[in-house]
Amino acid sequence: MLRSNRGIKIFKNIILYLILLIMAAITILPFLWMLSSSVKLDREVFNMNPFVWIPKNPRWQNYADIWTKVPFFTFVKNTVFLTVVVTALQILTSSFAAYAFAKLDFKFKNRLFFSYIATIAMPWQVYMVPQFLMMRSFGLNDKLLAIICLQAFSAFGVFLMRQFYLSIPDSLCEAARIDGMSEYGIYLKIMLPLSKPAIATLTIFTFVFTWNDYLGPLIYLKSQHKKTIQLGLKMFINQYSSEYGLIMAGSVLSLIPVIIVFLCLQKYFVEGIASTGIKG
Amino acid sequence: MDARTSEMLKKSQKKRNIKRNLIAYSFIAPNFIGFAVFTLIPMVFAFMLAFLEWDGNNPIKFVGIDNFRALVYDKFFIASLKNTIIYSIGTVPLTLATSLFLAVVLNQEIKGRAFFRTLGFFPYVASLVAVTSVWTMIFHSSKGPVNAILYYVFKVPKDKLPNWFAGNLVLLMLILFSVWRFMGYYMVMFLAGLQTIPRELYEAGTIDGANSWQKFRYITLPALRPTTFLVSVMLTINCFKIYDIAVMLAGGSTNTLSVSSMVLVYYIYQNAFNFWKLGYSSAVAMVLFVLVFVITLIQFRGQAKYANE
Repeated sequence: MLRSNRGIKIFKNIILYLILLIMAAITILPFLWMLSSSVKLDREVFNMNPFVWIPKNPRWQNYADIWTKVPFFTFVKNTVFLTVVVTALQILTSSFAAYAFAKLDFKFKNRLFFSYIATIAMPWQVYMVPQFLMMRSFGLNDKLLAIICLQAFSAFGVFLMRQFYLSIPDSLCEAARIDGMSEYGIYLKIMLPLSKPAIATLTIFTFVFTWNDYLGPLIYLKSQHKKTIQLGLKMFINQYSSEYGLIMAGSVLSLIPVIIVFLCLQKYFVEGIASTGIKG
Repeated sequence: MDARTSEMLKKSQKKRNIKRNLIAYSFIAPNFIGFAVFTLIPMVFAFMLAFLEWDGNNPIKFVGIDNFRALVYDKFFIASLKNTIIYSIGTVPLTLATSLFLAVVLNQEIKGRAFFRTLGFFPYVASLVAVTSVWTMIFHSSKGPVNAILYYVFKVPKDKLPNWFAGNLVLLMLILFSVWRFMGYYMVMFLAGLQTIPRELYEAGTIDGANSWQKFRYITLPALRPTTFLVSVMLTINCFKIYDIAVMLAGGSTNTLSVSSMVLVYYIYQNAFNFWKLGYSSAVAMVLFVLVFVITLIQFRGQAKYANE
């Protein structure tokens, strides 16, 4: 009896791992194909008979060529600039506003907060056109600043930070107030250090979103030297659609920063998603 | 207490209130000003635009509901609405099933659990341009490995090899790609939901002689209902917003979609930025808004229901 139970358990585990391996293969194979193709000649990429994962003479040249064929460095520079500024502004302004919504009492508090909540249900795609018309009238068309204005003040950030601040006991602020600390001091010296997990969550969400965004930059950034990596890579693919090795080298390069940030902060990423799942 | 002191007290109280409000507003202002200017105003503008006719330069004309009336007879609009809905109907249940399955498997105590979980995220955090370009190569109609397998292993004749990015298959391709990209993300939501199920329920199940399937069917699934509900709502809304996946997989080198792959957001974009029919584009956007709004209302009602249970 016991032995057969154990047999069943081992059998179950084998099946479990088999399924996991298949799922893992489906997930990872496109990435391996990308890596492998990035060091191949264009004609080697689709050579199926025989198919090799690592070519005999890896063509590292692809990784050098991508920087000269298109102004890849400019794309990287623009993307890094946008991502860093948007993420920093987002965290700064959201945590600042969230502190007031969570810990202060003031006139119109509920109405103001409702205006944030009401917009979360409204997809950006619904108002992206009037937003563009407005930005254009401000003279922001084809300016990196437009993307910053677009993404730095999200309702999501305020909401996320507020939820976290609510979980910090009010007595902490009260004690500091009695000690004569100003509200700015409480925010800076007590709340901000305590909210590291929430900040990390917001950072990774904003970073991944801004780095990978396509439609926003597509609408606003028209000239070549303003383009982001996503736009530049897409442009490159459209222009040199048969230079498969180069396309894959560019793709690998575009993934590296976001993968690094993700691996460093993945714990918070998971917590962020999980919390939306429980609280709704 | 005489009248003068009470007057003074009132005054200082008022002063304190004003000061308190001002401090609070100073916290909110940096975000709220940006939010109001760049989000709230365009939103209001979007509703108005749907009833106007404007090309961005010439005088604005009020046309009432003409834009909406024209939508009914527009075969491109009908196609994009239809495609968006078919895509959503395909993607939502498949992603739901896959991510739930992964979550249940990865909730067991097995070696390498953290590794598999991390792996599941790669498709989600990777940039869309990069991963779609790999997919277009893997499913390339004449050279890709998938069709090569169909040709060499399954002996499908060369002229019968499918073109994955055109005709009827393109929506299937979009669905498969989306499931691949999003399953890791929603898996985490299910994993969080699984943590909330008390262990005792499973122990009781074991004592009653329930097998794994019965435990899943009669304990896990009912307990996960709020999570499943939330995931389906979020997924549906995200599916309605599809644009870049379609353009990158099916748009070719000109970024244009045909009737077989056109989606709502693409049609909004095309009308606005290619044809400069801004009012008409906003009317399409309103349809998208109503779709999302209805789903959100359903979510609110559902949440109220689960909160009462």
